[in-house]
Amino acid sequence: MKHERNQPRWPDVQALAGESLRRLAPRSLGRNPVMFVVGVGMLVTLWQTGADIAAGLPWKFDLAITLILLFTVLFANAAEALVEARGRAQADSLRSTREQLFAQRLAAGAEERVPAQDLRIGDRVRVRAGELVPCDGEIVEGAATVNESAITGESAPVLREAGTDNSGVTAGTRLLSDSIVVEVTVESGHSLLDRMIALVEGAKRQKTPNEIALTVLLAALTIVFLIVVATLVPFAGFVGAATEIPVLVALLVCLIPTTIGGLLPAIGIAGMDRALRANLVAKSGKAVEVAGNIDTLLLDKTGTITHGDRQANDFLALPAVGAERLRDASLLTSLADPTPEGKSIVALARNRGALAEACPQTQFIPFSAKTRLSGIDQPDGRRIRKGAPDAIRRFVADNGGRYPDETNALVERVARGGATPLVVADGGQVLGVIPLSDIIKAGIKERFQRLHALGIRTVLITGDNPLTAAAIAAEAGVSDFIAEATPENKLEYIRREQAQGRMVAMMGDGTNDAPALAQADLGLAMNSGTQAAKEAGNMVDLDSDPTKLLEVVEIGKQLLVTRGALTTFSLANDVAKYFAILPAIFAASVPALETLDIMHLHSPETAVLSAIIFNALVIPGLIPFALRGVRVRPSSADELLRRNLLVYGLGGVLLPFPVIKLIDLGLGLFI
Amino acid sequence: MNEVLLIYATALLLAWPLGRYMASIYSPAPDFSRRGCGAIENLVYRAIGVRPDVPMNWKQYGKALLKLHVIVAVTAFVIFMQQGRLPLNPDGIEGMSWDLALHTAASFITNTNQQHYSGQAQLSYFSQLIAIVSIQIVTPAAGLAVLAAILRTLFARQDERRMTSSGEISVGNFYADLVRTVTRLFIPLALITSLLLAWQGVPGTYQGAQFAHPIDSSAELSEQRIPAGPVAPMVAIKQLGTNGGGWYGPNSAVPLENPTPISNFIETVAIVLVPMASVFMAGYLTGRRRLALSILGVMLALSAATSGLAIWSENQPNAAFAGLAAEGPNLEGKEVRIGASATALWGAFTTQTSNGSVNGMLDSFNPLGGAATLMDMFVNATFGGVGVGLINYLLLLLLAVFLGSLMVGRSPELYGRALEAKEIKLVSIALLLQPLLILGLTALAVTLPGLAQNSNPGVHGLSQVLYEYASAFANNGSGFEGLGDNTVWWNVSCSVALILGRFIPILAPLAVAAHMAAKRAAPVTIGSLVIETPTFALLTLGVILMLSLLSFFPALVLGPLAEYLSLAG
Repeated sequence: MKHERNQPRWPDVQALAGESLRRLAPRSLGRNPVMFVVGVGMLVTLWQTGADIAAGLPWKFDLAITLILLFTVLFANAAEALVEARGRAQADSLRSTREQLFAQRLAAGAEERVPAQDLRIGDRVRVRAGELVPCDGEIVEGAATVNESAITGESAPVLREAGTDNSGVTAGTRLLSDSIVVEVTVESGHSLLDRMIALVEGAKRQKTPNEIALTVLLAALTIVFLIVVATLVPFAGFVGAATEIPVLVALLVCLIPTTIGGLLPAIGIAGMDRALRANLVAKSGKAVEVAGNIDTLLLDKTGTITHGDRQANDFLALPAVGAERLRDASLLTSLADPTPEGKSIVALARNRGALAEACPQTQFIPFSAKTRLSGIDQPDGRRIRKGAPDAIRRFVADNGGRYPDETNALVERVARGGATPLVVADGGQVLGVIPLSDIIKAGIKERFQRLHALGIRTVLITGDNPLTAAAIAAEAGVSDFIAEATPENKLEYIRREQAQGRMVAMMGDGTNDAPALAQADLGLAMNSGTQAAKEAGNMVDLDSDPTKLLEVVEIGKQLLVTRGALTTFSLANDVAKYFAILPAIFAASVPALETLDIMHLHSPETAVLSAIIFNALVIPGLIPFALRGVRVRPSSADELLRRNLLVYGLGGVLLPFPVIKLIDLGLGLFI
Repeated sequence: MNEVLLIYATALLLAWPLGRYMASIYSPAPDFSRRGCGAIENLVYRAIGVRPDVPMNWKQYGKALLKLHVIVAVTAFVIFMQQGRLPLNPDGIEGMSWDLALHTAASFITNTNQQHYSGQAQLSYFSQLIAIVSIQIVTPAAGLAVLAAILRTLFARQDERRMTSSGEISVGNFYADLVRTVTRLFIPLALITSLLLAWQGVPGTYQGAQFAHPIDSSAELSEQRIPAGPVAPMVAIKQLGTNGGGWYGPNSAVPLENPTPISNFIETVAIVLVPMASVFMAGYLTGRRRLALSILGVMLALSAATSGLAIWSENQPNAAFAGLAAEGPNLEGKEVRIGASATALWGAFTTQTSNGSVNGMLDSFNPLGGAATLMDMFVNATFGGVGVGLINYLLLLLLAVFLGSLMVGRSPELYGRALEAKEIKLVSIALLLQPLLILGLTALAVTLPGLAQNSNPGVHGLSQVLYEYASAFANNGSGFEGLGDNTVWWNVSCSVALILGRFIPILAPLAVAAHMAAKRAAPVTIGSLVIETPTFALLTLGVILMLSLLSFFPALVLGPLAEYLSLAG
């Protein structure tokens, strides 16, 4: 069940209007060169209106233009305010959470109650069932179930435990059971909660590189049209045509790219907002934008591509070993093994009649990424291990045994079938192989095909041996795989891809993923992961859902496409506006230009008003586009370009003609 | 019509192999022309004291280019002012005023050849040969050199990039590029063309003016003075190097510059030959032939559109003939022996390529024919001037890449290299300059009384002024004429437009190319924008049309369009 935080809230009209007016302040307007020019234009027409009233000249037309320009700016302000307001509602609820945070700090064996803001890195705090976690940190003692719905909107409890990859806790989440000691790892004011508040409020928003480049281009176009309109005055004078200042201001505002200029900030915030609604916290707007450029996705097999709980489905004993001996040894190694694989081995062995129980004082050797095996040491000196073939080969050799060739044949058979072979050895003797099969998630193949259609390479990362990895890679339809992955070879792979100029995204949770997360252009850390991983990545996924990488890429692309499409649309609109306003300007003095009035508008005044009304209305009309983003279909770049050119380029040229005509017809009824 | 198609076809057929040969001039690999020219080139390098094998970064390359032009400009300026005292002046022509000398020097070093004087009356043979013809060879060569530098830098694959000794991106060596272009391209090409023209009867002599006695005794003239000189070589280089400045004031409308239908054919082809070949050259030099073909396609479409408009317009009767029984094409200001279509085609070519030579009076074109030539100069990238035309096109292509990349959901990149704010800034400056100078100076000229000195008031007068600055900025050089343009105002203001219009639009892309080449190139995936496709060609065409249409639409409406509609109505 999703928390209501994820539902977009529409702020009420009154608050929005107030906010839009407040942003008319010159300093706020000055940040956007296009809207600044509109603002200055409005002041000019306002002054003209006043001058006309004072001189007893007709002034209503001038006032109408002034008002429409005012609304043009207000609409642009409203677009930005609207997007920010949707975030602010989230920020408020988050902030109230932050303010009620108190911590039980452990100092010299005693506990003291302090406000969460006073915590420093390295402090230890105790959190008990029912309390809110006061800080971002790592569990150093104990394990607990945590409700993270305040942050993720997901109310199902999750397990957090010291010493695992799921040791991270987040400020504002509630402990449901047990009691833990947390070490503070983030300075107060920089926790995920603080970051989310800053993010949704747009306070920390900086322009991204693409946004800056686009702003430069829009500013240049604005100057071009300033020159065009300013020089029109002497040109007209030379051919004996009079020009009126309000009409010229109207022409200028129509020509400069107000549509994209007005919506540009909203598009950027909306991109962040879409990411946030997908429960992704980006450390900057840039991270979202980078996502659109990703060429290579590194995906963990477990959890992303497969369900992750690999099941043992057989015991394949070597010819010299009895099937029962393998079964019983496998059971013994797994009795204390908490992993799903271990549990499935126990279940399968019991199912096949194994009765063995662990003798007391048996020492369980847990699996680690380094040794890549697990097992038991019994007090009588018997050592049984199960693990990856090469790890077992070393184990057998260390125990003075021989690793028989038949094992290799079995391992290969299992691996080719796409299952993970787990070799079992008792001291120096290899007993056999347990195939662990993995189930590929439904729909994942189609998802990869969409990514491939967008030109993105997918790389499967797995601890499996190359044969198994290849079988699963083939089944899931990924482009490449890294078998027997270690933190080092993940990092190595990312560097190699980057050396070829590719942008790499990866997802990780463990501390040992941190170097790779930091190296990747887009490092997506799981919120359940360790603090080191979260610090290294540039985005945090609150749901800890490995398939999120796919969504991030789509959001990033949408962000860029929306900007490009609306810029094209904005420029293409100018053609029709020229045809409305130019004949109107010269209707009286150069009658021959009447032929250009192809829309046959009611009167020169209504022509000018229709054009700027259209210009103003386009901004709120396109807010839904800005918020939702232009749809990105999985198709080749050229098809995408063709479609967007047709819709926003050609559409942008044609659409204004009927709409301006319609507005003119409406105005004609009143004037 | 057949003649028009034949000219297009001949130009394309010649441009293809020529482009391939030109690419070999700028390739690092040895080519066959080196054997013959190497010795002469080495002499030149030694004489001017430069090393042709030192790689230069873009700033060094740009500085070398500017240095050369400053030296040439100052020399030419002094020659023009002092020509009365210099040798090779059989007709005793006086020195120029300072402003006319300034304008003439600016006009020639920018490959424009806008003339506020009449060649045969105001230039000595010394000035024509030393200052004019040598500049006419050097400036198109400089344009091609910069184009080659930009192409080899902007489109270089990762392993093709060259570095300077200090580890910066090298764009090539200016002196090597320049000298090779002169020795291997322009001198041989001009030699062939001038021989062809001499064969058709264009004079090539060092003797002074000839004198003729009219047979018609009723003429008040008893003796006619016919200026001559080494006309054929100058006409050859004026056409081939998109120079445009002729020996005679009326340019190729004079029978001595353009005596026969064959000479007209040769000269028309020669206008577009090198600019067209530059596009083929780009394909061979960068190895991106499909891109070159798509650029050629866009350019041909633009060319066909305005050539078609001009030819159609000039085949309409002159408005003054309206209602008369004898209808026919508009022959005002045209040589009857050349005819309306061939003059219109020349007019279109000369503005598309920023050549500026004429074989008829552009001022007398019907309004829409005049609009066609104006639009050509606003676009300034339909083939364009030698070298610079394609550079202008690349600027617009970068803008199309910016928009196109965003529309496919990628951060803007050209062949994997990021196009960022820094580059967009440079592109914007180059693009801003055009409306600023053309519209700004036109506005000043028509506002300040006594400056414009038009032969016509009203809409046509506006077109005349607009044309003059458009021609100066586009480094075209042709004129609507009818302006009393040898005044301090015209000479100085045109010089500003000429110089800024030449150097900013070629140095900015050179800088962009060097900045981009320094970046790491991402591999091309199916998600990347492909710039060789027809879709992208359409986008580029759209960007070109929108930019020139949107910035100059009001001026076109008030000038030629208003005139057309008034005359039609």
